[in-house]
Amino acid sequence: MEGNGAHRAVETSKTITVEVNGTTYEREVETRRLLVHLIRDDLDLTGTHVGCDTGNCGACSVILNGTLVKSCMLLAVQADGASIETVEGLAEEEQLSSLQQAFSDHHALQCGYCTPGMLMSATALLRENSSPSDEEISKAIQGNICRCTGYWNIVKAIRAASGQEVTE
Amino acid sequence: MLLSEVGYARPATLEQALGVLAEHAGGRALAGGQTLINVMKARAASPDVLVDLSGIPELTGIELGPDGTLQLGPMTTYTELIASPEARARPILGEVCAQIADVQVRNRGTIGGNLCSSDPTNHLPPLMVAIGAQLTITGADGERTVPAEEFFLGVYMTAAGPGELLTKITIPAGRSDGFASVPIGVDGTCIVNAAASANGEIRVALGCVGAVPELVRPASGEAEAVREAVRASGIDPPGDVHASAEYRRHLAEVVAVRAVEQASKRARE
Repeated sequence: MEGNGAHRAVETSKTITVEVNGTTYEREVETRRLLVHLIRDDLDLTGTHVGCDTGNCGACSVILNGTLVKSCMLLAVQADGASIETVEGLAEEEQLSSLQQAFSDHHALQCGYCTPGMLMSATALLRENSSPSDEEISKAIQGNICRCTGYWNIVKAIRAASGQEVTE
Repeated sequence: MLLSEVGYARPATLEQALGVLAEHAGGRALAGGQTLINVMKARAASPDVLVDLSGIPELTGIELGPDGTLQLGPMTTYTELIASPEARARPILGEVCAQIADVQVRNRGTIGGNLCSSDPTNHLPPLMVAIGAQLTITGADGERTVPAEEFFLGVYMTAAGPGELLTKITIPAGRSDGFASVPIGVDGTCIVNAAASANGEIRVALGCVGAVPELVRPASGEAEAVREAVRASGIDPPGDVHASAEYRRHLAEVVAVRAVEQASKRARE
């Protein structure tokens, strides 16, 4: 009987529950659906971007159960029961988070495509390390590719958001 | 990207996981997915069923025995290993895991996945060979344990055959290890890498130069002895856009010497 039970456990679609930015959603998803498509297409949270779709660029980064992940390298069903934070969860009402404000103040974006992922990586970093060195910041955003800024202003913004002095 | 249709199961026990794999010849174990999901996007692999191992407690955990032996559950992520106080008993483990890819990949990618994917450019296969890890494989017929150098059979092929899973990684006590690589960008894919252990005999395992790690045993830790052992190994590395075969052969000697130097330095400390 146990063997039969295991067989039945194989599904090609599944109803899953996720909490995203404090709101609980229940959706039926195909098991082949990537988490990033659940977030963008099913939940309409289009702040999370698809950049490369090969796991290299980090534009799809979200925080899953407190851990930074690339949502294009995860099936939606793998996130069943998880608590997810996306870029939409950073601001409070119209008030940007201090990190978002620092990105604006220090011109840490140009086209903005990588920014949601950068913000999530920086958020994860600052929770673990409230006063990171430039090297630690560089290491923390290693999985996020920006083709506009050359990274310097992003590093400055993260440094500023951590309350450290920034020389322009 | 839309993947090909795939069945999915998330068993709660090892027995159930082996049962699903036995019933589905086209089934594949899904560990952290940081290789497999991408390979599926590229249609380079199209498993019928993914068996998600994340719900199986037996496959997690890091234990340090009284004799210094470490036992790693294959579902341990790189990040968990880096953060583990127990795993510091063999410091090279965390040091090498910290060089793999980026934060996001380290948060999801697993030790077992790195080994079972048996990609010749991976970091952990040569490391496990150099430090003499023992890998336990479990299937319908029970479990067996093989030394790491017998685990890797070819590109993407290991001794864990269809219907079997890597279930435990046992690492002997020791601290005098080294690792060196020439990667494509910081923490990128390795062009050549080498792991060395100087706990008693000197063992060097070369990565990226063949289908599986090449174990060489230099007569001493002297640079020329290491170079000679690498030359005598008969490695026949591939050439590609990043490095010609000749350049890779040269780099293999260089990284082997660096890895042994690091291991020998620790042996003297």
